Amino acid sequence: MSDHSKSSPLPKYFAVWIALLVCTFLTYKAAYLDLGRFNALVALGIATFKATLVTLFFMHVWHAGEKLVKLVVISTLFFFLLLLALSMADYGTRLWS
Amino acid sequence: MSMATPTIQPVVRENYERENYLNKHYGVGSWLLTTDHKRIALLYLVSITFFFFIGGFFALLIRLELLTPASDLVQADTYNKLFTMHGMVMIFFFLVPSIPAVLGNFLVPMMIGAKDLAFPRINLLSWYLYIIGGVMMLHCMLTGGVDTGWTFYAPFSTAFTNTKIIEAGLAIFVAGFSSILTGLNFVVTIHRMRAPGMTWSRLPLFIWAHYATSIIQILGTPVIAITIVLVAAERALHLGIFDPKLGGDPLLFQHLFWFYSHPAVYIMILPSMGIISEIIACYSRKRIFGYSFVAFSSIAIAVFGFLVWAHHMFVAGISVYAALLFSLLSYAVAVPSAVKVFNWTATLYKGSIHYDAPMLYAFGFLGLFTIGGLTGLFLAALGIDVHVTDTYFVVAHFHYIMVGGAVMGYLGGMHFWWPKISGRLYPEGWAKLAALIVFIGFNLTFFPQFLLGYMGMPRRYADYSHMPEFQILNVFSTAGATILGVGYLLPMIYFLWSMRYGKPAPDNPWNAAGLEWMTPSPPTTFNFEQEPVVTWEAYNYDELDAPHKQEVPVVR
Amino acid sequence: MSDSSTSNSSLAGLQHSEPLGHGKHHPELLHHFADVQQQRNSASLGMWVFLATEVMFFGGLFCAYLIYRLAYFGDFAAASKSIDATLGATNTAVLICSSLTVVLAVWAAETARRTLLIGSLILTMLLGLAFLGIKGKEYKDKFDEHHVPGASFSFENVPVPGHPGQYANPQHAEIFFALYFVMTGLHALHMVIGLGIFTWLLIMAWKGRFTPQYNTPVEIGGLYWHFVDLIWIYLFPLLYLIDRHL
Repeated sequence: MSDHSKSSPLPKYFAVWIALLVCTFLTYKAAYLDLGRFNALVALGIATFKATLVTLFFMHVWHAGEKLVKLVVISTLFFFLLLLALSMADYGTRLWS
Repeated sequence: MSMATPTIQPVVRENYERENYLNKHYGVGSWLLTTDHKRIALLYLVSITFFFFIGGFFALLIRLELLTPASDLVQADTYNKLFTMHGMVMIFFFLVPSIPAVLGNFLVPMMIGAKDLAFPRINLLSWYLYIIGGVMMLHCMLTGGVDTGWTFYAPFSTAFTNTKIIEAGLAIFVAGFSSILTGLNFVVTIHRMRAPGMTWSRLPLFIWAHYATSIIQILGTPVIAITIVLVAAERALHLGIFDPKLGGDPLLFQHLFWFYSHPAVYIMILPSMGIISEIIACYSRKRIFGYSFVAFSSIAIAVFGFLVWAHHMFVAGISVYAALLFSLLSYAVAVPSAVKVFNWTATLYKGSIHYDAPMLYAFGFLGLFTIGGLTGLFLAALGIDVHVTDTYFVVAHFHYIMVGGAVMGYLGGMHFWWPKISGRLYPEGWAKLAALIVFIGFNLTFFPQFLLGYMGMPRRYADYSHMPEFQILNVFSTAGATILGVGYLLPMIYFLWSMRYGKPAPDNPWNAAGLEWMTPSPPTTFNFEQEPVVTWEAYNYDELDAPHKQEVPVVR
Repeated sequence: MSDSSTSNSSLAGLQHSEPLGHGKHHPELLHHFADVQQQRNSASLGMWVFLATEVMFFGGLFCAYLIYRLAYFGDFAAASKSIDATLGATNTAVLICSSLTVVLAVWAAETARRTLLIGSLILTMLLGLAFLGIKGKEYKDKFDEHHVPGASFSFENVPVPGHPGQYANPQHAEIFFALYFVMTGLHALHMVIGLGIFTWLLIMAWKGRFTPQYNTPVEIGGLYWHFVDLIWIYLFPLLYLIDRHL
């Protein structure tokens, strides 16, 4: 939808772009550090942060006029995570008994 | 004759003679390239009826084989193909599209006061994808078919069977895309194209039901799509994603498969529930009791439906803790369905009941869906499920819902809206007779299967000669199937007959509520000359019946 | 159009909004929409709903990946180490830059900057081609090393990172590569489709079809492209960066 803000969005776009590149660099470097079991968490955490930036600012969800788009995004993520979580309810508990 | 409340509009002889969506353009091209949602609905009607015959044909062969304990009509290999093709065709090419693609396509824009769906060309694309998938499936069947069961479990489907899995899978993939696009179209249409004044709480429950169905189509179908891709890749490249010999897990296939296929059953039943709401309201002359509960229960079914899939895997090897969780969740998913049944029943109370044909189908639905739903709860109980899984109990359960529920609703809806769709009235006497035949035939076919399953007859067996005492119930079942078939043929015959010889229909023969009844029968291409502005609540039967109520002298 | 004479009082008593005349409406307005805003909002919502289906489509693969990674962590780490993380990181940067050029294109369309619009679209496509080129190089490397699942797959005597003396199970590694090729292959396919969409956008932009009042195709094409970027943002760490420190 049209950008209703009076100021140019360009500085914001470039800031997000830089942030994304920096995060990519960080994720690449962090992979070579020994963080034990936190390596995966850090990697996924940074990826999620990048994804959030892209969704909110490049895909204009932050400034979305109505809540519907946010609802679609959140619902989709919810069902995707449900797929993972309930599958893990099986795989994660197979060795319990 | 029809017992419907007399209408105030005189029958206009030229209704079907003046310009409407059927006669506006002539020629094959005007149909095959149409973007009119009503014409696309009719294109779907013809196609899904065709596949219904195909699926029904396989059912006939199955029931013929089961007349005798020995596998004497067909070999076991062939029998495996019969029940597989019956399932695949009926589920993916009949039940999933039927109500949304026919009645949904026709009615959703009209019920919300719009001229068409949000994306008419994508609607046409949906139909073409369905046809392409259907042709692929036909070709697959004609060149050997598939023998894995419609559930095409790995590793049999990926590593052992030599039947045409990839082709059948691709056919379902393409048809699935058709389903996704229909759901997408409905969601955007319902959000964006409601007429002024048509708030969410004034929407017919048919719309709520289709909205919930569309959510499932959008979120669930892609998962079976990717599952098919993986199965095809595994089969073609000899991968080991699902093959235990190569380090894979067959249960992963089942998790991914059922993540869609369980919500898919809600795709099949929710639209039918929407129809039942419309029919019960009209023929009780009352607003649906507990409108908000019924509306939100549709959404609840859609959401909860995604939480229960592993109840198809209780004996497959999932952990017992997961089984407990899914059993509990499966009990929870029954609640919104029960909410609907209670509300429909409450609607009947003190209603002015008319026993027209659509209402007979609705009554049938109420009873049969309740039985089907309750037997689902039996299956959700782990102890019982271990005993009856993979027996005819399960087969009876899902046929009660899908045939006793979804198909009854579909037939009721086709009768209810037939005057709107075709501009003609169907013969009421024959319609009542057909409804009765369907009900009797259905119960005779499937009730014995509950007994057979409980007594231990396995499903998907061509040969049950190790337990010949099952034969008598199987014979009942086959007899019932024949009667059921007659019951299905009758509407096809008299609907076709009515298109030529039926009484011309007035705009609102049942004096029903809803914007779709405020258009001519059949409607013009763009439905409404002017965009309606809605200022009344849904199911305003009080207002509709007010002119007809006679003053009753009140003695004080 | 339709004859309104015999409406049978079916709409009598209703208020009507203004009859939709054929007066002033935007040339791009499709007939079944009331106004351009409704059309634009519908297109946008339609693309978001489509992206939801794509999330679930890839989601099944991510689910499979999660389960096998937890089950066969060491073998997956060994396999992951054999793919080139530098190329992967480069590709990530390439896609991030292309997302920037996409938002610039959308902004250019909204503010009637034709040169910037066309330039940004071309730049986006070039970056997309660069991505595919690098991917192609990666695939070629895997082919040469016999890491493509199938008859010629071979993964013998590859040590498990961090476990000296232990060698990766070739069958489990083959599952990693199966998922690697299916996931990145599907992603690349979406990339190719994206290039097709942007080619069409470029042609339309060249013809001057986009104005501040009508630029919906650019916006929703952009949403699709960002989605493809989003998938890669997750694919990169999951596939390329397992136990690199060992």
